[in-house]
Amino acid sequence: MSFLKKSPWLIHYDGSSCNGCDIEVLACLTPVYDIERFGIINTGNPKHADIFLITGSINHQNEPIVKNIYNQMPNPKVVVAVGICATSGGIFAECYNVKGGVDKVIPVDVYVPGCAARPESIIDGVVKALGVLEEKYKNIKKKDHH
Amino acid sequence: MEFIIFLIIFPFILSLFLLIPSEKLRNVLVRVGSGIIIGTVIIFAFFYLNKSPMYFHLEIGKILDKILFGSEFIIGIIILAICIKHKKFLPSLFIILHLIIMTYYEINYAHEVKVDSYLYFDQFSIIMALIIGIIGTLVCVYAIGYMKDYHNHHKEVKDRSNFFFFILFAFLSAMFGVVFSNDIHWMHFFWEITTYCSFILIGYSKTEEATKNAFHALNLNMLGGLVFSIGFIYLFANYHTIELNKIIALKGTIALLPIALICFAGIVKSAQFPFSSWLLGAMVAPTPTSALLHSSTMVKAGVFLLIKFSPLLQNTVTGYMIAIIGGLTFLFAAFIAISQKNAKKVLAYSTISNLGLIVACAGIGSYETVWAAIFLIIFHAIAKSLLFISVGVVEHKIGSKDIEDMDNLMTRLPQTTIFIVIGISGMFIAPFGMLISKWAALEAFVNVHSIISPILILIISYGGAVTIFFWTKWLGKIISINNVEQSKMPVGKEMDFDQWISLFVHGVLTVLTCVAFPLISMFAIEPYIHSIYNSSHGLGRSNVIIMIIMVMLIILLPLILMTLQKRKQFHQKEVYMGGRNVDTFLKFEGSMGVKKELNNKNYYLEKYFNEKKINDLGIWLSLVAIIIMLVGIK
Amino acid sequence: MNLNDIILAIEKNKISLIVALVYIIFAPIIGGLLAGIDRIITARMQNRVGPPLLQPFYDVFKLFSKKTMWINRFQGPFVFCHLIFMICTGALFFEGRDILLIIFMLSVASIFFILAAYCTSSPFSIIGAERELLLIMAYEPMILIMLVGFYKVVGSFKFYEIILSGKHLILYLPGVFLGFLYVLTIKFRKSPFDLSYSHHAHQEITKGITTDLSAKSLAVIEISHWYENVFLFGLIFIFFSSFNWILAIIITLFVYFFEILIDNTYARVKWEWVLKSSWAVALIAGGGNIILLYLLNIK
Repeated sequence: MSFLKKSPWLIHYDGSSCNGCDIEVLACLTPVYDIERFGIINTGNPKHADIFLITGSINHQNEPIVKNIYNQMPNPKVVVAVGICATSGGIFAECYNVKGGVDKVIPVDVYVPGCAARPESIIDGVVKALGVLEEKYKNIKKKDHH
Repeated sequence: MEFIIFLIIFPFILSLFLLIPSEKLRNVLVRVGSGIIIGTVIIFAFFYLNKSPMYFHLEIGKILDKILFGSEFIIGIIILAICIKHKKFLPSLFIILHLIIMTYYEINYAHEVKVDSYLYFDQFSIIMALIIGIIGTLVCVYAIGYMKDYHNHHKEVKDRSNFFFFILFAFLSAMFGVVFSNDIHWMHFFWEITTYCSFILIGYSKTEEATKNAFHALNLNMLGGLVFSIGFIYLFANYHTIELNKIIALKGTIALLPIALICFAGIVKSAQFPFSSWLLGAMVAPTPTSALLHSSTMVKAGVFLLIKFSPLLQNTVTGYMIAIIGGLTFLFAAFIAISQKNAKKVLAYSTISNLGLIVACAGIGSYETVWAAIFLIIFHAIAKSLLFISVGVVEHKIGSKDIEDMDNLMTRLPQTTIFIVIGISGMFIAPFGMLISKWAALEAFVNVHSIISPILILIISYGGAVTIFFWTKWLGKIISINNVEQSKMPVGKEMDFDQWISLFVHGVLTVLTCVAFPLISMFAIEPYIHSIYNSSHGLGRSNVIIMIIMVMLIILLPLILMTLQKRKQFHQKEVYMGGRNVDTFLKFEGSMGVKKELNNKNYYLEKYFNEKKINDLGIWLSLVAIIIMLVGIK
Repeated sequence: MNLNDIILAIEKNKISLIVALVYIIFAPIIGGLLAGIDRIITARMQNRVGPPLLQPFYDVFKLFSKKTMWINRFQGPFVFCHLIFMICTGALFFEGRDILLIIFMLSVASIFFILAAYCTSSPFSIIGAERELLLIMAYEPMILIMLVGFYKVVGSFKFYEIILSGKHLILYLPGVFLGFLYVLTIKFRKSPFDLSYSHHAHQEITKGITTDLSAKSLAVIEISHWYENVFLFGLIFIFFSSFNWILAIIITLFVYFFEILIDNTYARVKWEWVLKSSWAVALIAGGGNIILLYLLNIK
């Protein structure tokens, strides 16, 4: 068993969100939800993070940035798309500048729907992601053995 | 005795041969001559370091006195002619005064003088001889390659490099004279020769700035020399001796005014506030000059003199004032070094700062501080010389001496950079010499029972912190690495063999003196301290153990780790730049899709550590201290 | 049992080496636990529940199970050297060596940390490194003044000898303690002086000096920070060592609590303020105290 589950650090990136989901993400840090209870820390730095939390859809401008941040996270890592825009593009899907959901550019492990996603569901999504993280960790270990 | 006479005369004779206008012959002579000098001082030290001090009478001493007076006159007139040619009034006046005073001495006193021993050596002068003989000649060897490069870079400067080498070796000869003379008149003669030599070396390029700075250096040092000569004539008139050992034996009964006058010369020569400006001006000269002036010669003659007289200064107001001047110089020069971008200026200010610490130690004059001061001299000479000559190489290769241009030096000039890293570490990282000596100085200051003690402690606490700042940011600059530059490997040779061998020996010596620290203390410095103070200071066993642990760690650990890393494959990744990195390492995407190159700059805090303001403050404060010092109250 | 008896026993039986070994083994455990307590107290001050007590250990173990991304081949050695020097600093301190030399060793450790950031050429790391350097410049004078204060009162630079003297250091050196308390905020990396990197979520320079460290290298830094903290507790302890030793430990912990309180009640300040105020405090409180000691010639 690894300690990944007990100490998931995340980096939050705002794609082209309307800021609704962002506020809810930040609400998770407040005394009401207090995600630090689970050892979750909102780092500002991909190199320290395990979970990549993205709100808002992907557009042409932020595509390289999302990729870059994803590449700079050390393995194992998971991506959580928060809010309907991040999962599919939402109401912006048809916009001329929008590419769509996060999974258009990087592999997404957990989708958290909602407009805006509620803090409870965000926390739930992160906790789900922990399972995936653990799974990935085992795979990497297996690979290293071979 | 043969060794001493050989060391004083040989470099001078060699220097005359260097005037023969043949580059090939000159280079060979410099290499062979340097080898002979190094060999001689090492053999000399090997046989006599553990012996008690020896004093020598010369049968022909009286005749030599006349010869010295004659040559002093001739050289004085030559320099006077140069001054008049450049229409410099002040130095002409100083030289005329100097000649008048010397003639006055010759007429009124010279016949009365009875000198028992003209020359001498003790452990301290052997250590100085080692520094001059090894570091000084290595700088000369380095100069072979450097001067060639220098004239390739500076076509406008007339190639007088044979003359340059002539002066270099004459300089070494004079330095040997300073450290081996027991007759203060002789010492003063050699002292003046070093002043003239540095004057010529600084003015080598004959540009307007060089000439100006050379005359500035001449002015201040002549002033020092004048005060020196008044000091020793006063001594003779009242105490009927001009022998160093006899004067020092008069401890307690001797008046302090003549000693203060002689120390004044030492303060000028070691570039303390308010006289520090001449050493900064000297930076215009070719690098070997600065390396020589800053490390093994010139400024070291100043502190040598002060340390020689420091037993007389113990627990006197004069001594305390000298300590205050040294302390202020240590602190303020370190402050100014923070705001300097020019590598050579950083080195210059750090020299002034470290000399300040040595002077402070000499001013206190207890056996612990003298112990620390001698160590500071040794370590400073080696590390500073190494830094100067390696910065000289960098300057020629990258065409700049600005620290901000030294990014990626580790990949561009790997060999030179390693030497710079060793040099910088030698200047401020434990357990290298400078820091250990600083620690010893601090411990020594704590034991002084006077109000001066907490003041010096505060000064050293702040000065030490500042020193860490300006060295580390430079160190950081040269080791910062990025991938773009890694592909641009250096083109061609970094330096030629003469330069390399000089750098290499310097680097080895920096590390070696650090490893051999307890041995140097035990075999050279403790006997010297004991012979003067009858009590000795050494490192405690417990501290030697810490030192050894640190030496092991700092030398072996990085080496082992680097070798381990070499075999390992690792995923090289980009640095974090807010996700806006573009393809290559140091580029990022700015607004409107503009691709910009990243440029990291260091902090210089010019607002707070302004050169001019701090300089002025230092000059005024130390002027007050100098005046109190010259009053010479017990 | 009396503290003096314990120390005498240590000195007599030459088992100070064992104390150093105990430090090497237990310092990270104590440091980690204190970091856990810190996080809980901080959370409670913010009306939150906070993470479990062992959270710092979970974090470090997690970091060790991740893949490290090295920027270049110098980064690793520098980070590792930082840890080794930090461990040696504390170990030699508890072994009873000259504290002055040990403080210089601590600076060497910090310098390695700074070089690890410098060698990356990353903008955030380098700004962090520069600020770390500024912080060193800010706290170093006060630390040296403190040691001189110890020496002036006790006549020794060694941990055990200072404690054995039985002098009430806090009464001799109140100003020095005040100054030390001030710069301790820098050393514990607490707000308002957490310029180079902070344990709190966001900072204007991302994660400052640690920005380009990841996984194992970050874990090493975290552990060395624990070692450093325990060493600092030792320094605080010296001031109160003349009292009952349980009381001294309680006071030491209270000082730590005080730092946490400061951490949560003050916003980060600019570097100018850190430098100016620390130097001024060191000069007035620390330097003033030392000068008084000399003037009154108190032994």
